[in-house]
Amino acid sequence: MDWETVIGLEVHVQLRTRTKMFCGCRTTFGDPPNTNVCPTCLGLPGALPVPNAEAIRLASRGAIALGCTVHPASVFARKNYFYPDLPKGYQISQFDQPLATGGRVAFESPDRGRIEAGITRLHVEEDAGKLVHDRFPGKTAVDLNRAGTPLAEIVSQPDLRSPAEARAYLVTLRQILVYAGVSDCSMEQGSLRVDANLSIRRPGDPTLGVKTEVKNLNSFANVERALEAERERQVALLEGGGRVAQVTLLFNATSGQMRALRSKEESHDYRYFPDPDLPPLVLAPEWIAEQRAALPELPEARRARLEMAYGLPAYDARVLTSEVALAEYFESVVAAGVEPKTAANWVMGEVMTSYNETEAFPVEAARLAGLVSLVREGVVSHQAAKRLYTELAARPSEAPRAAAERLGLVQVSDQGALGGWVDEVLAAHPAEVARYRGGETKLMGFFVGQVMKRSKGKADPKGVQPLLQEKLG
Amino acid sequence: MSAARAAKETGERLAAVDAAGLNATLSWSQARLDAEAARVDAMAAPGALAGTPIALKDNIVTTDAPTTCASRILAGYLSPYDATAVRRLRSAGAMIAAKANMDEFAMGSSTEHSAFGRVKHPLEPARVPGGSSGGSAALVAAGVVPAALGSETGGSVRQPASFCGVVGVKPSYGRVSRYGLVAFGSSLDCISVFGRTVDDASRVLSAMSGHDPLDSTTLDRPPMAVPAARADLRGLRVGLPREYFPADLHPGVAAAMERTKAAVHALGAELVDVSLPNSVYAVPTYYIVAPAEAAANLARYDGVRYGPRAVGFGGDIQALYQATRGEGFGPEVQRRILVGTYVLSAGYYDAYYRKAQRMRARIADDFRRAFEAGVDLLLTPTTPTPAFLAGEKTEDPVSMYLADIFVCAISLAGLPALSLPVGRSDGLPVGAQLIAPFFEDERMLAAAGALERVTAAEAEVR
Repeated sequence: MDWETVIGLEVHVQLRTRTKMFCGCRTTFGDPPNTNVCPTCLGLPGALPVPNAEAIRLASRGAIALGCTVHPASVFARKNYFYPDLPKGYQISQFDQPLATGGRVAFESPDRGRIEAGITRLHVEEDAGKLVHDRFPGKTAVDLNRAGTPLAEIVSQPDLRSPAEARAYLVTLRQILVYAGVSDCSMEQGSLRVDANLSIRRPGDPTLGVKTEVKNLNSFANVERALEAERERQVALLEGGGRVAQVTLLFNATSGQMRALRSKEESHDYRYFPDPDLPPLVLAPEWIAEQRAALPELPEARRARLEMAYGLPAYDARVLTSEVALAEYFESVVAAGVEPKTAANWVMGEVMTSYNETEAFPVEAARLAGLVSLVREGVVSHQAAKRLYTELAARPSEAPRAAAERLGLVQVSDQGALGGWVDEVLAAHPAEVARYRGGETKLMGFFVGQVMKRSKGKADPKGVQPLLQEKLG
Repeated sequence: MSAARAAKETGERLAAVDAAGLNATLSWSQARLDAEAARVDAMAAPGALAGTPIALKDNIVTTDAPTTCASRILAGYLSPYDATAVRRLRSAGAMIAAKANMDEFAMGSSTEHSAFGRVKHPLEPARVPGGSSGGSAALVAAGVVPAALGSETGGSVRQPASFCGVVGVKPSYGRVSRYGLVAFGSSLDCISVFGRTVDDASRVLSAMSGHDPLDSTTLDRPPMAVPAARADLRGLRVGLPREYFPADLHPGVAAAMERTKAAVHALGAELVDVSLPNSVYAVPTYYIVAPAEAAANLARYDGVRYGPRAVGFGGDIQALYQATRGEGFGPEVQRRILVGTYVLSAGYYDAYYRKAQRMRARIADDFRRAFEAGVDLLLTPTTPTPAFLAGEKTEDPVSMYLADIFVCAISLAGLPALSLPVGRSDGLPVGAQLIAPFFEDERMLAAAGALERVTAAEAEVR
């Protein structure tokens, strides 16, 4: 029997601000515990929150990038619950009047091709602190450096139909938010976190099945794995005549197992109410329009533009726009005078390999352009070019030509020198010469290879072949 | 007089009232007073409050003395920062003299709900000084300090000012920064002032007032000027809201109000009858809104980061919360946390919290309409009775809540109001309340200054 999977995602991203949501403490990751704290983010008696304008700006930008309507008035609300990492006993969030609602994300589904997922809402809130269990034996410590860090929560519609599709949505969402400069979206540093809701139903059934929520998903791969496991669990339950209970589950990435955290009956009543410490957040329509105008080009638009403006294949455009930095680099290489497809090949080859390792571009666009023109002019061979790239990456100040000369990578096209190597090769291989002259012309490749070998790669292959033909003819 | 001498004399008076068992202070020391004096005497331009000793209700944080809110849950708590109001008073030359006793977390109307014992009325020790800022009121009434800070959520300065026979001024909401005032009901809380005279209170209020970037609810307007007392009340229309003069008003209060009305009239004001029909719902509205906010505001006292911690049975985090909060909070605070939690709960929110917010808007609207109809100020009794006996209302929370029946609505509306001593009833002070439109604090104080000249003599004699 068939089942349709229905998935909705709640994504928390850390807004890329220097300071916290409601105080001036730094948001630096990895500082010693409880060093980035103050009366406000510690929840000390008498301290009050003051909204961070930059966080509001970034969240608004993110909302616009996701096609949401940013509301001229939204309301901060207190979400009440007790937990040792929550200093005030409530989290300042937004509830029935969020910053933005009603957006959409277009992306490539592995199952259904190009589709859109709706965005229900985007709201801003503060993060909680962190419990540390492994530092003091038998005790739990609290680190409040993260408490008060600005977050945007992005809630999707239940529009996703498979775990792989959920992953593809996340990849696109992340791309958009990074492009818009809203968040670093680093899962390792916890600046992107995912909670997933999943239910199953019979295809064509208009009503949704009972959903479960899966928390603690620390990578996109784990989101997919966890949702697959949860789908299997629900299918097995229903096909075995059982029922799905509305529970919150924790995914254990090591075992691949789900553990129930709490059932609906034990779920929190958060008793949301408007935070009386904060007046409604009022954004002028002109300000919202400015944010829209200031939005950088987003991945979709850039991909289309790279295809159109540079005549790149769709595949190339997609790869180059996967990261905003790659796209920027590619365009600066083209601007430095490199033919677009050649630039794309370089960026998708050597450049991307080193970028994936170091997140940096050690060879600036101008030097790469210099290297490419050495190849085009036949000064260095294609093979030597790769070695030259590595050298340039290691020596930031060296010019391509100088490096090629230092390494002896400049091709020899001088007829005399080439002729000498050709003569030596023909003399060393009399049998092959005889066979070639007997009609076995495919041996040409062999002779060219031998000349290259003898020249230690320096011979210009374009000059070698005519010489060989002449001498063998 | 030098600040050093003022500090010494203030210390002597504090020691005397402590010895007499007034129980109005929670912490003070001659050493701290002397340090304050040295700081003031070293100031190049000591400012409007040079050398003035001021007591603080113990819910306003300072770095040099504990801030306990008269609660076991904050016993010994020392703040790492000073409240904005305290910083401003100090830079105007004021000396912080003492931290004053109060109802625990400002919840109460008699200062009997202090974890550190009740405050006695300075005139009749068997009676209460009012609350929740009873310690501050008693210190001013006993002549220990010329002015003291209290806090208002629903009348906690005006009511004790009335009981103790001193001036109590609640400014417009947003006029004085709440940064460093331990939160009770954030949308209502106002640092407020007791003074021996209107001018004392005005000068303190002026020094504290003004926008504070640390409090998003302060208004971005210039600080309040110290208004000069008017010569008379000519040209003013003073409204008498009939709901505030019920038939069962205490006869001593009613008589004092009759004399006050006559004085206002004699000073040239026109008295007009007005109606604030929704004010009768102020107390129940207040007892939904304030506890709701309090339940959230007091959640931070969990024993995790500061204050005493009780481990509890079982040793898990829930046990720690329950034991710490169960032992740390007194019964009135627990009652309000329970009420506040209840009215915000799923299924009850609409019936209580939302409805109360709607009623709050209607109560505020009544005032707005009255002022728009051409009334400049409103005059009412501050309290329905003079100071009651200790123990008289502790067993019946609702009767205690009704002690604030004439002051609650103004807090819900965010308006400025003050209580002025206008007479005595069987030797006990009676206060009258003046209420002004939003941010017309100066108008109210200038008028009170004129009225004070007439009523001060009367308040002493009768």
